[in-house]
Amino acid sequence: MIEVKNVTKSFDGKTILHDVSAKFYTGKTNLIIGQSGSGKTVLMKSIVGLVRPEIGEVLYDGRDFLKMTDGQIKDLRQEIGMLFQGSALFDSETVLGNVMFPLVMFSKMGKGEMLDRARFCLERVNLESAENKYPSEISGGMQKRVAIARAIALNPKYLFCDEPNSGLDPKTSILIDELLHDITHEYNITTIINTHDMNSVLGIGENIVFINKGHRGWVGDKQRIFKTSNEALNDFVFATRLFQEVKDYIVTHGQDAPPE
Amino acid sequence: MVISNSFRQLGKYSLFLKRAFTIPDKWGISFRRTVMEIINLGVDSIPLVIIISLFIGAVITIQMQLNVSSPLIPAYSVGLATRDIVLLEFSNSILCLILAGKVGSNIASEIGTMRVTEQIDALDIMGVNSVNYLVLPKIVAFVVFMPVLVVFCIGTSFVGGWLVAMFTDLISVSKYVYGMQAFFQEWYVWYGLIKSLFFAFIISSVASFFGYYVKGGALEVGKASTNAVVSSSILILLFDVVLTKLLLQ
Repeated sequence: MIEVKNVTKSFDGKTILHDVSAKFYTGKTNLIIGQSGSGKTVLMKSIVGLVRPEIGEVLYDGRDFLKMTDGQIKDLRQEIGMLFQGSALFDSETVLGNVMFPLVMFSKMGKGEMLDRARFCLERVNLESAENKYPSEISGGMQKRVAIARAIALNPKYLFCDEPNSGLDPKTSILIDELLHDITHEYNITTIINTHDMNSVLGIGENIVFINKGHRGWVGDKQRIFKTSNEALNDFVFATRLFQEVKDYIVTHGQDAPPE
Repeated sequence: MVISNSFRQLGKYSLFLKRAFTIPDKWGISFRRTVMEIINLGVDSIPLVIIISLFIGAVITIQMQLNVSSPLIPAYSVGLATRDIVLLEFSNSILCLILAGKVGSNIASEIGTMRVTEQIDALDIMGVNSVNYLVLPKIVAFVVFMPVLVVFCIGTSFVGGWLVAMFTDLISVSKYVYGMQAFFQEWYVWYGLIKSLFFAFIISSVASFFGYYVKGGALEVGKASTNAVVSSSILILLFDVVLTKLLLQ
């Protein structure tokens, strides 16, 4: 489990995160949602250590990230996998080279074992046929899947995904969501997904943290989100007419009722 | 304001170098990357060095002939002057100013693009020392290969001058070759090579620094690339004066 306690972060005198506390559970897809500029990316970057909060604690299964030595941080990093918004694949490496990279850098495996592991991860994301291609030769959705394969190569305990669906068509987005959800349960990972995609929220939101103007606005799951009276959250999640109709339908008929 | 900003940048650059010069996580990978960078930054620069040196060597010889055409000055002094200009300044300072454009912009744009596409963040998240992994091989490769480029530059410049002597009637080949050998001071070669090592370090480290700290998108990568070339050119000129004072006096 990852827990953030009273995290505050400012940039150039402007406070972006105000005293944010939240828990992210193991074996669940934890979502951080919020409008653009709400501070959700800063919260995720604070958790993974790309920015350092002025105040607060970031606890990885009780270990305070902000009090760790460089050596401890380096060890922890090998327990972390991250999927970036733009995939962040290494242009000069093939798909297989990208997935093998963390293994080459940090594992003590032989070359054969590394190849087997990398190919296993690529199979897991259904990309075994693309191993010799370069990132520029594959689609955005495939790049995301390669990035997922790279992120899970070292069997991480914690998986972070920054807007995994941005720039993808709805069908591919659902595919990525399902993949992240399945991997989380299969390997019992603490997965944190930063998103403002409402399909993801309603599809895989097992634990949702809503960030509103730098404050923790709401915490719950995809069932409770339909019944919330939180005005800011309702404005954000059910902003479109379609989602408003879905909400009205579910509130009236219950979540398991078949649609008409 | 400008002074305090300069000191801040200098401090940031020093910390950047400190991160670069740490023990690599995997020596084998670092060595392979260094060999790759020798090819990218060094070997791939040889054609440019040869073309420029050949023509500049020829031009220096022609200009020397036009400027020293006096009965009081021996004809072989054209070869002598060409040699000393090439050894003292062209094969190191001027060559490095040219390479600051080619290699400096290459490094800054490559690392800058990695920054804006989050590839550097990905390395950091994995626990890789991104500065050490990306920058150290570039610095080592370019510094190690620079003397080779200088030697290519010297040799090709002399050939350029020799071709002028061979195919024009400005100076005879024998006098050009005699001038090349007359009053030769070996230290000039070492002086040029030593200077080039400093300049190679400046080009590779400054360009990496500007690329590494890019914020924004493609436009900022372009700006960083330009700033890298301008800053390393100014530093080369500054160190040229300092090193000349230290090494030749």
